[in-house]
Amino acid sequence: MDAVRALIQRKAKNLRLLGVPVLGMSADLLIGAGCVAEVHSSAVSLGEAGLAPRFSEAVERGEIKVVDYTCPAVHTALQATEKGVPFMPLRGVIGSDLVAGRADWQVAQNPFSPAKDPILLVSAIVPDVALFHARWGDAAGNVWVGRRRELATIAHAARNTYVTVEELRPGDMLEDELLAPGVISGIYVSGIARAEKGAWPLGVVGVYGIDDAHLAAYAAAAKTREGFERYLDEHVWQRKKSSLPA
Amino acid sequence: MIARLIGDAKHVAVGAASPIPAAACELLRAKGRAIRVTRLHKRQGNPFSEGSRELFDLAGQGRIDSFFLGGAQIDGEANINLVRAEGRRFPGSFGSAFLYFTCRTILFREEHSRRVLVPKVEFISAPGWSPPEVQRRGGPVALVTGSALFAWQKDKRRFRLESVHPGHSMDDVRASTGFDFDAERVAETPLPSAEDLALLRSSVARQLACDYPEFARRVWGMESRD
Repeated sequence: MDAVRALIQRKAKNLRLLGVPVLGMSADLLIGAGCVAEVHSSAVSLGEAGLAPRFSEAVERGEIKVVDYTCPAVHTALQATEKGVPFMPLRGVIGSDLVAGRADWQVAQNPFSPAKDPILLVSAIVPDVALFHARWGDAAGNVWVGRRRELATIAHAARNTYVTVEELRPGDMLEDELLAPGVISGIYVSGIARAEKGAWPLGVVGVYGIDDAHLAAYAAAAKTREGFERYLDEHVWQRKKSSLPA
Repeated sequence: MIARLIGDAKHVAVGAASPIPAAACELLRAKGRAIRVTRLHKRQGNPFSEGSRELFDLAGQGRIDSFFLGGAQIDGEANINLVRAEGRRFPGSFGSAFLYFTCRTILFREEHSRRVLVPKVEFISAPGWSPPEVQRRGGPVALVTGSALFAWQKDKRRFRLESVHPGHSMDDVRASTGFDFDAERVAETPLPSAEDLALLRSSVARQLACDYPEFARRVWGMESRD
């Protein structure tokens, strides 16, 4: 989230966001701050805090373009890129309005079936940048994400991967048999920056939890444009001056 | 009632927006049923080690028996819409377009109104039925609302009203449902037993409070402990 606040402070424009497989508060902040042109995602929501208000309003007013996915189609499209193949098949989805009019999805006959067997083909997605927060980075340029393997999938598929981390460790985590399965190799990582409590108000499992009260307060404030601007003033523009969150 | 609908499923997955179905699953577990409940929203200790795609890989292989889906709109052919309705944008389709094909699905929506239960959805996130050549293991089995329970009739592609909850009438249900449905021998939905209620308010409430703090506060008056 520190990286998201930094993007807003730098007045990023025309971003195309890909949710893997969904988006939440980060996307809502970026959309509200005018940084986003397109959203490709299975959903944008604040979870228990409710709808993502800046997203909903921007779509209803036609200010951003949305390409709707369903979760496994995002994973499949990135896995195709991981493997270097142009598309991968996915069951289900046929008959959903998600398929209609898309150039990057096609329904084809299963070539191995003698009977009629339509199946969805999903084109590979190559993101320009993978951006996420993780618990540890190390001196060898590796990042530890634990069981959050979808972050590894994005890193494998993206041209560049930038990661903020809670803590920097000396040494090489790939030499530790217990840590290695949760590591994304530095081969895929373009840059690491330390950002303590960098996920706030979201959490890092085992370090700090989600700040539910803050999320609820954001959801209420962002219902109006004025409330959202006040939130940005307090938590994005003001924060630029101090180095750490409260 | 939801606990009864889950039937003899061995593995049930429950999504982020489904605290009531999650409570039903935990109730079955509290009563000693050998059922595996995968709560996708669990903040700590979820069962996946391959990332968020593992759920869909499991479902694709048929390793998840039951799932719950809702909708901004649900129509008489069991199509669901999670994208847009009446000029309003909703979060999006999530995994519905896949999981509706792979799991026995209980449709769940508390609000029972003509706004939600419509003749035809404006956008099909996931279709209620598929032509015979389309591979599909799962699909709708029932629709539960705050007023009634409908069973899905796959052969007729129509809902049948099974029971009306206490405090609601058949006429209410007819008047607040935008689609046509069958109704013969409609019963009153039985209330949960005293034993079930006691479990829901104690051990089940404690189980859910971490992952659905807002729901636990609203329903059980519990404060979250992170």
